[in-house]
Amino acid sequence: MPEQPGKNAIEVRGVRKVFGTGESQVAALDTVSVSIRENEFFTLLGPSGCGKTTLLRLIAGFDFPSAGEILLHGQDIAPLPPFKRPVNTVFQSYALFPHMTVADNIGFGLEMLGKPKAQIKARVAEMLKLVKMEALSGRRTSQISGGQQQRVALARALAPQPKVLLLDEPLSALDFKLRKEMQIELKRLQHETGITFIFVTHDQEEALTMSDRIAVMSSGKILQVGTPWDIYDKPAERFVADFIGETNFLTAAIANIGNGKARATLKSGATIDATVAEGFQPKDNATVVVRPEHAKLTSGKGELSGTVENIVYFGTDTHIHVQLDSGEAFTVRQQNTRSAGCGFDRGDKVGISIGNDAAQVLRD
Amino acid sequence: MARSFAIKHQPGFTAIAATCFLVLYLPIVVLVVYAFNAATSTSEWGGFSLKWFQSASQNSQVIDATLRSFQIGAIAAILATIFATMAALATTRTAPYRGLTFKYAAINQPLMVPEIVTGVALLIFFSRIKIFTGYSGLGYLIAAHTAFCIPFAYLPIRARLENMDLTLERAAADLYATPWQTFRRITLPLLWPGILAGLMLAFVISLDDVVITEFVKSGGQDTLPTYMLGQIRRGVTPEINAISTVFLLLSVVIVTVFFFISRKRD
Repeated sequence: MPEQPGKNAIEVRGVRKVFGTGESQVAALDTVSVSIRENEFFTLLGPSGCGKTTLLRLIAGFDFPSAGEILLHGQDIAPLPPFKRPVNTVFQSYALFPHMTVADNIGFGLEMLGKPKAQIKARVAEMLKLVKMEALSGRRTSQISGGQQQRVALARALAPQPKVLLLDEPLSALDFKLRKEMQIELKRLQHETGITFIFVTHDQEEALTMSDRIAVMSSGKILQVGTPWDIYDKPAERFVADFIGETNFLTAAIANIGNGKARATLKSGATIDATVAEGFQPKDNATVVVRPEHAKLTSGKGELSGTVENIVYFGTDTHIHVQLDSGEAFTVRQQNTRSAGCGFDRGDKVGISIGNDAAQVLRD
Repeated sequence: MARSFAIKHQPGFTAIAATCFLVLYLPIVVLVVYAFNAATSTSEWGGFSLKWFQSASQNSQVIDATLRSFQIGAIAAILATIFATMAALATTRTAPYRGLTFKYAAINQPLMVPEIVTGVALLIFFSRIKIFTGYSGLGYLIAAHTAFCIPFAYLPIRARLENMDLTLERAAADLYATPWQTFRRITLPLLWPGILAGLMLAFVISLDDVVITEFVKSGGQDTLPTYMLGQIRRGVTPEINAISTVFLLLSVVIVTVFFFISRKRD
């Protein structure tokens, strides 16, 4: 889908970043292009080493691309040093200045921009209120907790009203409960300030729950960009399907391709409806993915048949691992009830029925 | 039952340790005690007196030498600390490269070259310059002291820089601070304890130097240590003890102050 250039906060065009020289050259980013819209909560998701932090550093200006352009509201910022970019960063380690108070930390950006003292004071007060840290404004940053440091880091980066806020795995140092709280807090801040957030994480759940759109990255490339729903239910490639949530991979022959849909004939002989990933090239053995919660186990006949291998209880649901007669493995996720068990035992011969809208054909 | 090896329980260890401390500190204690001797001897006790402190404080040669020592020490320490700070920034704020180790070695060279060698080398070098320029002031001593003080100032500053989180400077740049503002507002305040430590160490080292000073100084340029050395050659009175005692006290005070500064700032 072509984007409206004026509506984009950030446009990354054909950016490459190569580290090292000669034989030991490594492309941390391999010709990446992506558009990030205004007022969007955009997430760069991928395993460590996929290039997501490198891309963030290029946008922040801590590093410069080997090739390509980075546009901020249509203007190329790639050659500018960080202190000339209206973009602020929340660092993974927070990087609060230890010799300054909470208030001085938050006011630092405005001070460097040469704003009048009264204006800085008012803005700092506003920011302290926004992150609920009014009571601790005079403290040294070493005297406050991790969660509080996180809030100060956010306030400090938001205070100069950047065009884009960059967040480099800011929640990874927090414990589980605080992390959940901060996820909601971040969403609220993004909504209240209307600033474009670019969020880097390796946590797929965090990405799904917080983002307007997600870019999934691997080995220096962006594999897919889409809403959390797109990424989860219509993964384009095996890596995306595998990295986000749990899924089943089946081999199938694809026919009647058209309008983003097709008929997939599975190894079991059954034929099911499937959506098709963009850029799919017809081939003999295509891969079809079915999420475990989109299939149902029956004691009768289904599109697939097999033997129950293992049953794992998870509280909210039960995962039933089935060895298919075709030799493939398949997992079904079944919602639990209080009174009854899952209804199956190890070694049971079972059928698996796949819904009308459960399968997606991958392009690789 | 197998007991873990504890050095405290080895026979004779305590005795060896006690002997070491005795040999190290007893002469100093004796020196200090005889500074208060009423007699003219440094080995025969003649009653308590402060007269040697008084005579030292009225000895114009002692006062001159002391002031000269402080003047050279202060200027050399400040210069050495400035150079050391620049060197430390240059050698830590960079990706490691071939030749970096060589630079460390070059900066720390004065620690390894015997002082006597540096002394002779400077004597010859400076005597040529003296003939050429006609200048024979304190500049030579200050230059020499600055040179050998640099590694002492460099070490604590570099240690401090290496422990400093680089993302702090990155964060400052991200918040619109120019490189100079970043240095002024972030790097320098965080580096300050290291710089102070370096400065004091350099000052003490300069104050204490005999060998290089002896070679480089011109006539009438005695520092306190070279003056004391000269006096001893002519026969000793407890005045030397008194000067030494004050000198010792001064060193202890500087080192203590340095200790508290470095501890408080962390």
